[in-house]
Amino acid sequence: MAVEEKTIDALSQFELVPLLGPVGGSVNFTQSNGFMLLAIILISALFVIGMKPRAVVPGRLQALAETLYEFVLGLVTSQVGEEGRRYFPFVFTLFMFILFGNMLGMLPYAFTYTSHIATTLTLAILVFLVTTIVAITIHGRHFFGYFFPEGAPLWLAPIIVPVEIVSYLSRPISLSIRLFANMVAGHVMLKVFATFVVLLGSLGAIGVPLALLPLSINVALIGFEFLVAFLQAYVFAILTCIYLHDAVHLH
Amino acid sequence: MEVAAAKALGAGIAVIALFGVGLGIGNIFSSLINSVARNPAARDVVFPIGILGFALTEAVALFALLIAFLILFA
Repeated sequence: MAVEEKTIDALSQFELVPLLGPVGGSVNFTQSNGFMLLAIILISALFVIGMKPRAVVPGRLQALAETLYEFVLGLVTSQVGEEGRRYFPFVFTLFMFILFGNMLGMLPYAFTYTSHIATTLTLAILVFLVTTIVAITIHGRHFFGYFFPEGAPLWLAPIIVPVEIVSYLSRPISLSIRLFANMVAGHVMLKVFATFVVLLGSLGAIGVPLALLPLSINVALIGFEFLVAFLQAYVFAILTCIYLHDAVHLH
Repeated sequence: MEVAAAKALGAGIAVIALFGVGLGIGNIFSSLINSVARNPAARDVVFPIGILGFALTEAVALFALLIAFLILFA
């Protein structure tokens, strides 16, 4: 942290640093990729080890795995309907990947890979492509009726159709920017208040009691950020479900 | 120096959008409290919708914040 220059350096935490020495540097294996791998290993471990006992009365890990599974399953079936079960693995994978990315980023010295637009936009474009392909395979030509709601007067078509097309195409953008901006804003806010603590603390005897104020705010913000971390994974999953509902049922 | 001043002013102007977001989020939660108070049984149905609305509205605030960051640091 740049305390020596007495400035707030909030954005350097998002810089990518290659890992694993020259080998990692040559293939651009950054800490972002490292944390993605870590998240995947942790998710797999949670479900493989957690579900190993297959107990009727679940232990701690099994209860966690079952709760997450049933939570997303309820989300998918309530939004898409019973026929949405075939898309459950897709939504569940997205949800767990984003949830672990956000949650791992809350640990000290950790990196939040969802704070990069490259990651979130890739996920959002994947969702966009999957929903479009699902809609076209199910409805064929009728998919394009999506851009013109039934029963609307025909002379409104020149206005409605472009608006619908633009709103359809802007889905991946809003989906990715929401997640990325939430994570960036949260971590910048934490860093700014943490810098306040250090700057005030360096003032000496007057500063130390004053520094308690931003410190206590930061403690509350950490709790809030855990809420946001979960909420954004939930919002990403539920919006994916809503788009899938549109794709399966066309309005 | 004028550029730095203009950047600071621009970032300040960019977050005026928070006016509307504040109204929106307040509106969402007042309606949520209202509906739960009128019909406590509907809480489980209404609560996720309220949270979804909150997240969608909050995204607008973050778009404004992002623009402010872009003006300041990019």
